[in-house]
Amino acid sequence: MLRLPQFELIEPSSLYGALAALAEHGPDAMVLAGGTDLLPNMKHGLFEPRMLVSLAGIEELRGVQVTSEGGLSIGAMTPLADVADHPEVRRRAPALAQAAGLVAGPQLRSMGTLGGNVMLDTRCQWYNQTHFWRQALGFCLKKDGTVCHVVAGGKRCVAAASNDSVPALTTLGASLRFERLGQARTIAIDELWHSDGANNKRTEGGEILTRIEIPATPAGHLGAYGKLRDRGSIDFPLLGMAVRLDLDDQGLVEHADQVVVALVARPVRIKGVHEALLGLRPGSADFEQALVPLAEAARRQCRPMANIPGDEDWRREMVAVFTRRTFLAAAEGASD
Amino acid sequence: MAARDQHGPQAPWGDAFQVVGKPHRKVDGMAKATGQAIYTDDIQLPGMLHAKLLRSPHAHANIVSIDTQKARAIPGVHAVITGADLPTRYGVIPWTMDETALAVDKVRFIGDPVAAVAAVDEDTANLALNAIEVEYELLHAYLDPREALERGEPTIHANKRGNNVSKQVDLAFGDVDEALESADLVVEGDYSFHGSTHGAIEPHCAVAQVDAQGLLTLWSSTQITHYVHRALAHVLDLPAHRIRVIQPSLGGAFGGKSDPFALEFVTAKMAQMTGRPVKMLWTREEVFYAHRGRHPMQMHYKTAADKDGKVRAVDAKILIDGGSYSSFGLVTTYYSGQLLTGPYAFPAYRFDSTRVFTNKPPCGPKRGHGSVQPRFAFEVQLDEVAEKLGIDPIEIRRRNYLGEHTQTVNGQRITSNGFLECLDKVERASAWKERHGKLPSGRGLGVAGSMYISGTNYPIYPNDMPQAGIQLKVDRSGLVMVFTGGNDIGQGSNSVVAYLVAEELGLELDAVRVIAADTDLCPVDLGAYSSRVTFMVGNAAIDAARKLRKLVVQALAEKWEVPEQRVRLVGGFAVDLEDPERHVPSREAFQLAEARFDTLGSTGSYNTPTLGGDYRGGTIGASPAYSFTAHIVEVEVDEETGRIRVPKVWCAHDCGRALNPMLVAGQIEGSVYMGIAEALLENHDMNRFGLHAGPSLLDYRMPTTIDTPEIEALIVESVDPEGPYGAKEAGEGPLHSAIPALSNAIFDACGIRLRHLPFTPAKVLAALREKRAREAADASVSTSTSSTPAV
Repeated sequence: MLRLPQFELIEPSSLYGALAALAEHGPDAMVLAGGTDLLPNMKHGLFEPRMLVSLAGIEELRGVQVTSEGGLSIGAMTPLADVADHPEVRRRAPALAQAAGLVAGPQLRSMGTLGGNVMLDTRCQWYNQTHFWRQALGFCLKKDGTVCHVVAGGKRCVAAASNDSVPALTTLGASLRFERLGQARTIAIDELWHSDGANNKRTEGGEILTRIEIPATPAGHLGAYGKLRDRGSIDFPLLGMAVRLDLDDQGLVEHADQVVVALVARPVRIKGVHEALLGLRPGSADFEQALVPLAEAARRQCRPMANIPGDEDWRREMVAVFTRRTFLAAAEGASD
Repeated sequence: MAARDQHGPQAPWGDAFQVVGKPHRKVDGMAKATGQAIYTDDIQLPGMLHAKLLRSPHAHANIVSIDTQKARAIPGVHAVITGADLPTRYGVIPWTMDETALAVDKVRFIGDPVAAVAAVDEDTANLALNAIEVEYELLHAYLDPREALERGEPTIHANKRGNNVSKQVDLAFGDVDEALESADLVVEGDYSFHGSTHGAIEPHCAVAQVDAQGLLTLWSSTQITHYVHRALAHVLDLPAHRIRVIQPSLGGAFGGKSDPFALEFVTAKMAQMTGRPVKMLWTREEVFYAHRGRHPMQMHYKTAADKDGKVRAVDAKILIDGGSYSSFGLVTTYYSGQLLTGPYAFPAYRFDSTRVFTNKPPCGPKRGHGSVQPRFAFEVQLDEVAEKLGIDPIEIRRRNYLGEHTQTVNGQRITSNGFLECLDKVERASAWKERHGKLPSGRGLGVAGSMYISGTNYPIYPNDMPQAGIQLKVDRSGLVMVFTGGNDIGQGSNSVVAYLVAEELGLELDAVRVIAADTDLCPVDLGAYSSRVTFMVGNAAIDAARKLRKLVVQALAEKWEVPEQRVRLVGGFAVDLEDPERHVPSREAFQLAEARFDTLGSTGSYNTPTLGGDYRGGTIGASPAYSFTAHIVEVEVDEETGRIRVPKVWCAHDCGRALNPMLVAGQIEGSVYMGIAEALLENHDMNRFGLHAGPSLLDYRMPTTIDTPEIEALIVESVDPEGPYGAKEAGEGPLHSAIPALSNAIFDACGIRLRHLPFTPAKVLAALREKRAREAADASVSTSTSSTPAV
């Protein structure tokens, strides 16, 4: 078995305790949520923290609440399994419930958290490997090296954002609450991302993602998440897309959106979706007709790279297929 | 004296079987289910050190120098060794010993072990590995077998011919050229099989200890204790009687634990050097480098047939990518041709197989060793023959049936053969007649057949001793202890031995216990490979038990003053058949026999009869009995995504007599799972650096339960005249034809022939596009030519 490097573990029982520990130890410390991504990455030598600050004992970071405005406020430490199964999440944010239910496998969903999935490190087949493996090819520019094995001569890391929950949260207009000792900030999830795979998040030292806030969705809200993966469980997305359809009281689309991950370092919002579907009735021939050029437009806008496993040309072809299928699934109010 | 001469397939007491044929639990089932079973890594000994290997980061390089000074200086490090400390070459096949425990002078693949450290704990050992300095001189690395075939400089292994050929076999039987010339139809095509690995859930592990008398004990997760024993004696230059090898409970092997491995020699050597027990447990990544998995093959086949569907000749040319060492490669190369000559008769056959070395993890035996790849190519080609001749794919297989008690074109003796019944069963169960060719587009059924060996009479190293031995020891408590060198690797061989001994001696199963795979305690068996254990160890067990039974029966007959025929051992008792009131528990019967004959015990053995064709290599693949299999696979092809779903597989397997039908069904299910897995998902692939593309259980996509088809296991019992109560193998045969049946089902579903594994969605989409383009071209041709207006 691969060895987990030695580190000090702090298990505060309050958010204040966690923030104070981060403030005290600075860059030597990292936050440990469910550990389903961080611990394997540490075994691979991708992160070498001297200290881990576990959030597991902080009760206030867990749980799903419905806000007075009808939105959702989800503690960052809420297990993905709870997000997937929560009746209010399923009703108000179906794409998120579906996405959370498609992360990894059952065991990992009961350990892994929604906050952890948002903060997931980018992934690349040349990066998510052991130290020995990476050393054998001279490392890569995301960690320990200077060359990119995906793009010959590439100077910028193209590791892929692989968080299943993020497309759904983005279509839902979620905002993220970060806290550090004595300070807090709330940003739109759109604003979190860099396009640099080496570090694709605009975060500051000493911060903890504490809550994910989702504004109220209208009565006619529909959503779905489509995930391409080789197996029916376990795998990270080869392509992950969330779609949103809000219907007016006539049952016509008044708002539409689509966001895709597992392409490049940041999530990609597909342009022209709203315009393409506005005023159409899901289930109608016009709606299905409109999905054909939309699927093609989405394919043109998405350029999967040889960063994660799977034939990138096939992954690109699947953008079109999954665009159509995921919108149809949303229209049916059912998952793909 | 070989047991095959001494008993037949009948129940030992004349009528029904008492134990055999019933679905008993495995003897170690509860221990494994509850976590009580002791695996090698569970062994903890006082003062035990932990060892780690430094591995080559280069695919092909000379070692210029190794400096271990700094590593030795690290506190907690007890030993550091390099290839110079274990320079003796070994290899499972005596003619091709080309491995050393640690690289000597050069490395041949990324992951080749170079040095080893033993330290107080794993972290200290890892730290010391980083402190070892190795200077390499890089050599050209061969990743493409075609290049390795055509280019001789540099050589991966020095040889007299100055090339990179590991083994070449070219054999011909009958007049192939004449048949190709005169047959009504010849189908010709290229096929390829990618690499796949075993994926046993237990990683390799070894623990070595040297006691005060200098006895070396090695616990190892091996499937062939005897060869490890021999290899240790050879490499350590130690008399074999001062070495004891024990195989604890094993978490799967599938062929991947058949070779002697670096960790066995290294832990033994370091235990000798340090005087302390040494353990080495490989990481999952290291298991991928150790590999010995399925050989990638590039295959060119020609099949000649007449209009009636009768195959006239088969002509094969195969290039085998062996990876960096020989392993079982000599046998693989023979098997790639020798095992194709059933279940169909063809009068002419030629194969020309060449195994080359490349700078990749070494290939070896994986479930269905050497014959899964050619079986795929041929069965897909046979399907095409049927299509072109307008014959139903099952019917063409019936028409070419080899028959029973006959001989193959390459001189293999065939005894029992239940292939026709296999075809009948899958045909009926799948409703083939109603559904094949008639399902909606995107859904289809495909069929294929195969055969496999129940061990072979080729004993790896030449000797005249039995291939399998058994000893029985009887306790006054009524307990019979069975000692077998056979390796239970999860297939249930210990259970099978217990069933057979209980059957022969009329005992309840709990009165038989089995001690296995311990070279101090157990008579030699050649190990768990080539599907030999049930057949050979089973026969030896019956042999031993029958000798013991004779003594017990004689003692009772004398005591009761009745003829021996009246004494029956059944259900834990000895009974007088004509006066059933007269009976004693087995315990008392054994005590009577012990009083009459002294301490009770017996031995039994099995050796194969003389088999095989009278030509060089004619004994390789010659088996005392062959199993036969037919698969029907149902598929659904998503023509938009190219993804293939397999909702159901029917597999009928002729295993002779099913000694425990539950275990046979388990082997069928496991085989089908594994075959479909490597066809659709698994890929032991090297990237452009020669580095394994994803040596982890995340990236090497073994199917989960939800990716696994529903499997209907159908058992065919042809009852072999020489098998133990008529049994043949069940562990490997049921994998073979799953893969071509899948390809043939895809053809039925959407009209594309997939000849190159794995069947990725991208390949499916490409083939569908090609088909549409072809159809469009045909349509435009027919439009332009049919200019005559319709009337």
